[in-house]
Amino acid sequence: MTTAAPAAATTILPPRRLIARTLGAPGAVAGSIILAVLVFGAIFAPLLSPFDPNATRVCPRLAAPSFTHFFGCDLFGRDIFSRILYGARLSLAVGLLTVAISLVAGTIFGMVIAFLGGRVDRIGVRLLDVMLGFPAIVLAILIVAVLGVGAFNAALAVGISGIPRIARVIRSATLTLVGREFVESARAVGASQTRILRRHLLPNLLPIVIVLGSLDLGGAILSTATLSFLGLGAQPPTSEWGAMLSAGREFMRYAPWTMIFPGLALFLAVMSVNLVGDRLSHVLDPRASGHG
Amino acid sequence: MAEAPLLAVESLSVAMGVTPVLEDVSFRIAPGETLGLVGESGCGKSVTALSIMRLLPNPPGRIIGGRILFDGTDMLSLDIGALRAIRGDRIGMIFQEPMTSLNPVYTIGDQIGESLIFHRGMNGRTARSETAKLLDLVGIPAARNQLDRYPHELSGGQRQRVMIAIALACRPRLLIADEPTTALDVTVQAQILDLIGRLRHELGMAVLLITHDLGVVAEFCDRVAVMYAGRIVEEAPAAQLFKQPRHRYTEALLHTMPAANPPGRKLPSISGTVPAPADRGEGCIFAPRCGFAIPRCANELPPLTEPPHRLRCWNPA
Amino acid sequence: MTMPWFIRRILGIVPTLFLTWSIVFGVLQLIPGDPVMLALGGTPASDEVLDNERRRLGLDQPVYIQYLTFLKKMAVGDLGNGYSSKQPVSEMIAARMRPSLELALGGLLVGIVLGVALGIAAGLRPHGWIDTAMMSSALVGVSLPSFWIGMLLIYVFGLQLEWVPILGDGIDALILPSITIGLFLAGGLARLIRSALIETMTQDYIRTAHSKGLSAVRVVAKHAMRNAIIPPITLLGLQFAVLIGGAVVTERVFARAGLGSMLIDAVLTKDIPLVQGLVVYTTTAYIVINLLLELLYGIVDPRIRSRRA
Ligand SMILES: Nc1ncnc2c1ncn2[C@@H]1O[C@H](COP(=O)(O)OP(=O)(O)O)[C@@H](O)[C@H]1O
Ligand SMILES: [Mg+2]
Repeated sequence: MTTAAPAAATTILPPRRLIARTLGAPGAVAGSIILAVLVFGAIFAPLLSPFDPNATRVCPRLAAPSFTHFFGCDLFGRDIFSRILYGARLSLAVGLLTVAISLVAGTIFGMVIAFLGGRVDRIGVRLLDVMLGFPAIVLAILIVAVLGVGAFNAALAVGISGIPRIARVIRSATLTLVGREFVESARAVGASQTRILRRHLLPNLLPIVIVLGSLDLGGAILSTATLSFLGLGAQPPTSEWGAMLSAGREFMRYAPWTMIFPGLALFLAVMSVNLVGDRLSHVLDPRASGHG
Repeated sequence: MAEAPLLAVESLSVAMGVTPVLEDVSFRIAPGETLGLVGESGCGKSVTALSIMRLLPNPPGRIIGGRILFDGTDMLSLDIGALRAIRGDRIGMIFQEPMTSLNPVYTIGDQIGESLIFHRGMNGRTARSETAKLLDLVGIPAARNQLDRYPHELSGGQRQRVMIAIALACRPRLLIADEPTTALDVTVQAQILDLIGRLRHELGMAVLLITHDLGVVAEFCDRVAVMYAGRIVEEAPAAQLFKQPRHRYTEALLHTMPAANPPGRKLPSISGTVPAPADRGEGCIFAPRCGFAIPRCANELPPLTEPPHRLRCWNPA
Repeated sequence: MTMPWFIRRILGIVPTLFLTWSIVFGVLQLIPGDPVMLALGGTPASDEVLDNERRRLGLDQPVYIQYLTFLKKMAVGDLGNGYSSKQPVSEMIAARMRPSLELALGGLLVGIVLGVALGIAAGLRPHGWIDTAMMSSALVGVSLPSFWIGMLLIYVFGLQLEWVPILGDGIDALILPSITIGLFLAGGLARLIRSALIETMTQDYIRTAHSKGLSAVRVVAKHAMRNAIIPPITLLGLQFAVLIGGAVVTERVFARAGLGSMLIDAVLTKDIPLVQGLVVYTTTAYIVINLLLELLYGIVDPRIRSRRA
């Protein structure tokens, strides 16, 4: 017997193979292409956008789409195309932030209560159940009520309201791990609790965490845009799709493009992320690979 | 068999997807007669039974040839309405799995009465009192308050009795019993068989009794058909088949019966396994496992001879 | 003597309610700023006025006393008074319940009709064209922003074709918002019905039902549906619970003055008692409907009844 506990194997494929397998389905290919275009547009928004997104009167109010203003103009004479490009930046960044919050907090919470077990676990599960009893949007709104409106706070609210779902999945995944041999032997050789959590449990949970994150990202983008649409997220004049839709709602009789294009951008972003995430979760399927 | 048969299965062939599972299966059952259908598990007994009622799961099951004459009408050419008029009314069926064959969310009274209401046009009250009588008939005592019980409250044996009550509700002329006792305890098995045996005489119905237990057949059946890998290989009056089995497979099956062996010794089994449909050659399918195979057996399919003792073998005992 | 299963279930929600209300209370305690200032709506006031107001709202008490008072009041349905209107919150909720309830019922109706029809069609013919179309569009469906769909419906059917009014209290003004909600409900419902039905149709008791000579319609409607119905009922019940608390987004799109838009306004104006009252109302409705669902399972499936007994 050596003193080192056997290292736990993970199921994460090398990145090249992962990408190759993820692209093995037409939906995922379409999703990746759309997503790549959006990410490209988001990163290079300052270079690509023909106008300053916040500059007013670059065109006539509510002007129809044309060769200079691809998606038309809004009430203040701002170029909608430019605003959508900058909106992509915000939506993708906010989506990632949101998912990161849910994942980090949810994983830690779920892992720790499952690992400690006993009363901690019982109380933790009870708390999760109660939190899951709140309709997701109501929970997010409640948190906004505390934090105040704004793009960052909306992301925080959606992120926090996503914690219980993640925590619950991670908890059950952890439970199946703590009884396993490699954890037992780590305990036997006297590894500290934090070391077991970090070195043995976390790496094995990683595939599930990635799957959960990839499945959640689309919903996170949608939820934060929803909060902005409701006036609880990004505030004018920020270029944000949900906020643009909310403004476009007023004028759709005269200028339907003010709501068609931001909505389309939001829809395509969420769908492309979902298509890729769905495929990725199939490839990584933690149940099929036994995450061990 | 001078009488017109109640059921005549003629050259029935069935495929599951592209795999043939029944080939050229023929047999007859006279009114009031009991035919045993025996063979190892997987040889196509259930598929035969389900085909008669046209209950094969489709996909993948397909009847690809043959005729099934019930009382002179071809079941395979009936439209769905006429077929439904026969199902449950003139042919009753019980299945191998009493635990799952009853619907868990309806009372047994409801499930038995259903066919009476549908086929006999009874109203709820008449059906209920008739159902109580049926439960008495199948030996579930204190029938009245049993009507409102749910399947999960009953034992396996009781559930199979309920299944029998369902099958017999409309006094069918033919009962198809597909391994009715296989899933039950030994003591319960005997009771259920006794019950079927008794009711068969009381109601004067014919029975197709499917089993892989030759002991049951010996006690119970007028005639026996032996199936192997989707084909009938031998068929004869029960007494004759047990006294003088002629097919080598039947012979081998008989050797595996407990009664044929000294008590306490491990029962022999037939060596080898049934070849998968893809691996079957031109000749007799049993040839690879047969101790008496002659060269011809491997190359040429033996034909089935005529009644009363039908046989599909080149080198019979 | 043991309690009947349903009494035990009913008593079982008490701790859940208590915990839920506690979380609402706790979360709202975190709101930065002096509640008295919020209650006065930011109008400048002397210290004396502030102190009086503080005492009147019970905010001079220690937090745990406030908490106990809160729980006691919630238990008897006293949700306090709104900051801006000074009206009892329970009355404000009651006054706005109708538009939300109408919309919930309308959305549910559209969702059920569409979802059940599609779910059965797909479930009875797995891999048939309806099923294939449905399953391959599922991901598209969940990616659609409901407020965008709502606006497109308004634009096409309200503004361009002028088939339906886009505003008003009439039943015809309910059509588009109901469709907006119903479409999303139908997607989830159809998928649940489909999978439950596919699973149920392969059960042995379905074969038994056919062997009795029953018609295909009767086999599906009686023998399969009752077994396949629990997951769809759960989804519908919980969606309904969310909707009676106000379809926040749809109400906003169609400018309906229901509980959902009231919640948004309350958050924006920092009307804490109103936010608190609305969230308590919504979550309580959710919990109670959950309970009713469980009682319903017991009626639908006798095995659940006896397991709990
Ligand atoms: N639903 C089905 N799908 C595919 N194959 C089946 C199905 N039912 C039966 N089979 C195949 O048909 C053959 C005969 O099965 P069966 O009639 O059930 O045998 P048994 O004699 O044990 O009743 C077997 O090879 C079995 O694998
Ligand atoms: Mg069988």
